Formats: sequence, C-alpha cells, structure tokens
Amino acid sequence: MKIKIGDRSNALKDHGRIMREHFGIRTTGEQYVIALAGNPNVGKSTVFNALTGLHQHTGNWPGKTVDNAQGTYSYRNKSFLLIDLPGTYSLLAHSVEEEIARDFICFGQPDATIVVLDATSLERNLNLALQVMEISSNVIICVNLIDEARKKKLSINFNELQKELGVPVVPTAARNGEGLQELQDAVYTMAVEKKKAWPKQVPYSEEVEQAICALLPKIEELDLARVVNPKWLALRLLDSDVSFIETISRYAATQKQKTVELQHQWGELTL
Amino acid sequence: MSTLNPMNPLLKIYFDTESIRLSSGTPIADRVVTDIFNYTEQLAKQVVFREDPLQVSWKDKIDKIVISRVFGYPLMLLLLGAVFWLTIAGANVPSKMLASVLFAFQDLLTHWFQLVQAPAWLHGVLVLGMYRTLAWVTAVMLPPMAIFFPLFTLLEDLGYLPRVAFNLDNMFKKANACGKQCLTMCMGFGCNAAGIVSTRIIDSPRERLVAILTNNFVPCNGRFPTLIAISSIFMTSTLAFSQSLLAAGMITLLVLLGVAITFAVSWALSKTILRGEPSSLVLELPPYRRPKVGAVFYRSIIDRTVFVLRRAIVIAAPAGALTWILANVYIGDVSVIAYIAGVLDPLAKAIGLDGFILMAFILGLPANEIVVPILLMSYLATGQLTEFESLFELKKVLLANGWTWLTAFNTMLFALLHWPCATTLLSMFKETGSKKWTFMGFIIPTALAFTVCFIIAQVAYLLGLA
Amino acid sequence: MRSPVPLSTLKPGEKSNVVHLDVKGLLRRRILDLGIVPGTILTCIGKAPAGDPIAYLVRDTVIALRSEDASLIYISQS
Repeated sequence: MKIKIGDRSNALKDHGRIMREHFGIRTTGEQYVIALAGNPNVGKSTVFNALTGLHQHTGNWPGKTVDNAQGTYSYRNKSFLLIDLPGTYSLLAHSVEEEIARDFICFGQPDATIVVLDATSLERNLNLALQVMEISSNVIICVNLIDEARKKKLSINFNELQKELGVPVVPTAARNGEGLQELQDAVYTMAVEKKKAWPKQVPYSEEVEQAICALLPKIEELDLARVVNPKWLALRLLDSDVSFIETISRYAATQKQKTVELQHQWGELTL
Repeated sequence: MSTLNPMNPLLKIYFDTESIRLSSGTPIADRVVTDIFNYTEQLAKQVVFREDPLQVSWKDKIDKIVISRVFGYPLMLLLLGAVFWLTIAGANVPSKMLASVLFAFQDLLTHWFQLVQAPAWLHGVLVLGMYRTLAWVTAVMLPPMAIFFPLFTLLEDLGYLPRVAFNLDNMFKKANACGKQCLTMCMGFGCNAAGIVSTRIIDSPRERLVAILTNNFVPCNGRFPTLIAISSIFMTSTLAFSQSLLAAGMITLLVLLGVAITFAVSWALSKTILRGEPSSLVLELPPYRRPKVGAVFYRSIIDRTVFVLRRAIVIAAPAGALTWILANVYIGDVSVIAYIAGVLDPLAKAIGLDGFILMAFILGLPANEIVVPILLMSYLATGQLTEFESLFELKKVLLANGWTWLTAFNTMLFALLHWPCATTLLSMFKETGSKKWTFMGFIIPTALAFTVCFIIAQVAYLLGLA
Repeated sequence: MRSPVPLSTLKPGEKSNVVHLDVKGLLRRRILDLGIVPGTILTCIGKAPAGDPIAYLVRDTVIALRSEDASLIYISQS
C-alpha cells in the first residue's frame, strides 16, 4: 500500500486556489493571478483594457467600476489573469464594492497586486498604495496619467520614488500605451521570477507606535499571528470597525481549516 | 477548534482595547490615517517637481462657467437637447439605409419561400412576422443607439457628468435622496436595466432603493422610437432638419417631465415607505480630460450593434412571430389581436388610449422597442408592417386609426411612465434581492401612468376637447 | 489662537487648514480617506448654482461636500 507523501509547496498552491475560489476566480493551469487596485478615476480600467484587450468602457466618473472584471493576457509565454477591482480610496472603507476590493487584496492571495496611481495627485493616491504595501510585499506601483502630469508641468522623480518605497514603480500613460511593456515586465519579474520587494513601512507617530507595542504581546499569542502579519493586525485593531475584525477572523479561520483539510488530503508524513 | 468558541480571541482583544482606541482627544484611528498622509505629503514633496506652482489651467475656468449660477442650468439643458438632436438627426439617414437593405433581403426571402412552395402561413410567421419585425427594430433602433451611447460615453469620459450631479444635488437633497441618483438617472437614458445596476454607487440602501424605484421615469433608448414616432404627429414641417429639431425638442421636454416626476416620486417615497434621513454627499470632481473620440465611437458602435442585434433576435423576432399569428388567427370573423384590443378598449379609452395601444404596451413587456412594431402590425389589418422609410411617416397610419391629439399626448405620457421592461425588472430583482421591492418597482410606475392618463383624459372629455 | 470655525464659512478662493473633525460615522471615514485630516490645507473652489454643495481643493483633487457636512469640519481662521 502506497503512502502519499505530502508536498508542502503543492498544498500551499492548492490553498491559494481555494482562497481565490471564494472570490469566484478560476484559474486555468499555470495562470498567475494579478490584482489591479487603485483610487476611482485614475485610469485603472484603461490599464486593464490596454493589457487585456477586452473592450470595456472606461468612464471618467468616480465609482463607476462596480463589477470585478477579469481578463487575461500573455507575456513571455506565461498566462496572467488580471482582476480589475472596484476603485477604493482606502482599504478601510465600508461600501460593499470597497469591501470586495479590500477582502481580495487581503485574503485572495494574488501573485502580485498592481496599485494604479494618478500622477497628478500622488499625495492622495499614495494612501492606498501604502496600505496595500502593509499587507503584501508583492506590490507594483503603476503611476498612470503621466501625460496629464506633463500637461500640468509636473515632473516626477520615479527612481527616487522607487528607492523610497522599496517596490517597483512603473510610470505609464495607458491611454497612449506608454509604459505598458515595462509594467508587464515588472509583473513578470515579481509573479513568475518571484523577485522579492521590500516595501517601505509607514513611519507612524509615537502615539501609534506605543499603542501597537501594547497590543503586540496579546496578538502574538493567537494562532492568527502565524497567518497574518501581527503588526498589520495591531493597526487594524486600532482603526477598523467590528465587522472588518470579524471578517479577518473568518478568513483566517477558513485558511486554517483548509490547511488542516489539505494536510489530511495529502497525508503529510514527517520523516 | 477555535471556531466553536463563543467569542473568538481576536474579537476579544478588539473589545478589550476599546480604551486604547479612544484614549486621547482624537481617536487613534484618525491618528493612523493622519500619519499616513503626513508621510505621503512629505514623499510627494520629495519626488514631485512643480514648474508652475500657481498655475490656473483653462480647465478650471471652464468649471467656473459649468457650475455658475447663470450658465450652469442652461448649459445642462442645452447639452441634453443637443445630444437628443444629434441622435435623432444623425440616425435618420442610416435608418433609411439599413431599412432598404434589410427589406430588400426580405424580398429575397419571400422569393425563396415561393421557390420551395412553402405554405403561406409559414411564410407569414417566419418572414412577415419574425424577420420583418427583426429588420424593423434593427433599422430603427441601431442607428440612434450607435450615436447616443458614444455621445454619452464622451460626456462621461470628459468628466462632465459629476458636474451635473454637483449642480443638481440640492434638488435631490430636498427630495431626501442622494445626489448620485442623478448619475444613475443618466445611465437610465441609455438603458434602464443598466441604470438599476449603476445604483451601486449609492452607499445608503434606502437611497439606493429610491434610485432603483424611480429609474424607470427616465426614458431609455428603447422608448425613443415610440416617443419620436408619436411626436411626429405634432409636426407639420416638411424639412427633415426642423423635423429633427422639433422631435428633439419634444423628447427633451418629455425627459424634463420624467426628471420632475423622479423628484416628486423620490420625495413621496422618502416621506412614506422609504422614510429616513438623507445621507451625506462626498463627490469627487475629476479634472476634465480629453476623451479619445475615435476609440469611444469604435468601441460603442461594436457594443451597441451586438446588443441591439441580440435583443432583436431574442425578443423582437419571436414577438413579431407571435403578433403575426395573433393577427391572422381568427375567432369568428375577428382576429385574436382585434379581439383582445376590443376587450381592452373600454379601459384604454378611459385613459385616453385605445385597445390596440394598451395591448401593444402589454405585449411590449419583454422590451420597449417592440411596442411600435406591434402597434403598427395590429393596426394594419393584414398584420404586416408595410414599408416605412422613417418614423415620420407613421403619422399616416396613426391618423387613419383614429388618433387625436389626446391619443398622442397620453400615449407619450404612458410610454414615459408605464411599467419597466422585463430586463429591468429582472435587474431590480437581482439588485434588491426582494420580490416585494421588485413588485413595488412594477406597481408604482403602472399606477402613476394609469392615474395621470386617466385624469388628463377625463378632463379633456369633460371639457369637450377630445 | 482664535477658535476654529466651520469649513462652510470659507469663501471661494480662500484657503485654510483643518484643525479638527466633528463628523461622525461613515462620513468621517470617507473624509479621512480622502486626505482631509488635521493639518490638511483646503481651498474653496466654488459653490453649485443653488449655493450647495461646495467644491474644495484637497491635495490636488477636488471634492464636493454639502454645507451641513462641511460645517462639521473645523478650520483655523486665516
């Protein structure tokens, strides 16, 4: 009688697949899942259309993208499934559409997340980018609308920005096709070649850091801390409402449950 | 496992740390956000170089006019009228062209049917009923849609629509509704079902329901042919140019009426079954951006062609076949259609319509664009659409069937106010998840349509005006 | 320092910085997420034809608020 020896990496891959199915996302074969996030009105859908060639309408109207559009593209012989998430100003917002975006970024485990920013209002847009960077290190910053920035006589030092943020920064003008190849390159490098990034952590004030320190010991006692970043958890305990905390617990519980099930399936044997 | 615990450990920590969250003057949640923005502000200063710090772009000057006291409203009205005029005038020639091509093909079909000696009834159902209606709907619906949708998309891409919401928000606030309802109304012009889906941009469930229940009062593209056809009754001009202008004017007025009714019904709903406080409005006004005109038209035309053709095949064709059958099957010496119309006639006359019109509206439940074809087919005793080169020529048929100014007026009102089409009702159900609210979405317009038309008709009869 | 005044008193063309927010609930969250936090500089751009809502320039973006909501945001007197 043969005893199956569990392959840890396969278990994790299946796990990712199961998580995505929660979100109604099905991948075929070796497909990389890339999430596309950003504020409303930054040309996210333009980036989406440009990459996937799907003919979707792009409106200059806040809150228009209400469906999770999915599209695929190939690059260097690999297939990528792009998920166009609803535009959100922050991961902590409350409307149903914004919850979808937030939940997917937090728990959907995409192979990479592209955060699209508007070059003409970086200050505001970076809020979301930094929040995403607190959750995942597989983040690519796409600074879109650089053609508009040029018209407004703004020049941005992208190298400096990339150095400071610690993740790939790609300038684009998706309307004209500028920068799209570089974007696909960055996605490839991160998702396929699994090149690591070291996202900058937001320097919080004394008050906040103290509060985090007060919470960390209690958090680290939880099982949860092995699955979700403890510092991120501390921050969420400080600024979120109850329903998000419940969501976090729920997903973490599911994650744990599935890991246990998979372990049974694969019949892990410790040698 | 931990899932069986009554209070999971994370939640417990959350409640325990209530005191930390509210410790200082400002909640610590604010502090977290403030810290992030302080950092982004500093970062932006580091990497962004502004050549002209005090630049006031010409686009800001445009906004001064768009939201101004003097020009704001007139500009909106003008743009609305212009969009309708371009749609109607621009669709005229393509409609004629499509019609001649499609009807020529019908002659070919007839020829083939004759060749194989197919029975007359089969020819009737398939060619005169099904194909003819399909051809008619396509010729009449496709050109206006292929112009309206891109025009609208251009306004969206330009960034103008949020300004409309900005200008009209005050009125919506008075109706206890959300300013974003304006945007869902705009979507409803294209297609009411799409308008229903777009209400997702409204956060408050109460206000979203108000937007859903009133979306139908804005006429969708499917109702344009009905409205144009009938407004042609009022036209005496022979010049194609001013015919279009008058039609556009007529439709603009009707739309304004629809908007006024939307406000009134929203207000009434907020005072009765959907009582509640108005939520806040936080609306971003994006900068004006030049839309890519070519790409928009290209994409829209393809989208619309697929959409119209699909609906024509799925809904209009079978409806046409059914209507032909009803018109050519006899009960005694009266066709089924005439019989049904006769039954409905007393009710219809009471509201200023006639039995055929009411029946056409009822049969038009699947899709609004088939109301006119069905009506015409029923009027023409042979149950067959004769040659029409444009909607303007329908006048002859209508007058021949006893239409008066009251009939035209009330039919237009009824078209504006009546129940939503099946697709819209389905969307309503999907978005609300409630049979009750979908039913309300059906009954409110219907009741309003009957009531308003009844009052007008009775007053007209009383005063001897009709 | 003079006491803070409501944002709704800011006239078109004027600018000031946020001192504190009295806004509650969902609106508070929305406003914070748009970058309107203590210390932020706001410029009043203009009002709608009816006088309400009012458009403000915030961190290179334009956000419109109703005056009753704007009156819950306190700015320093210039």
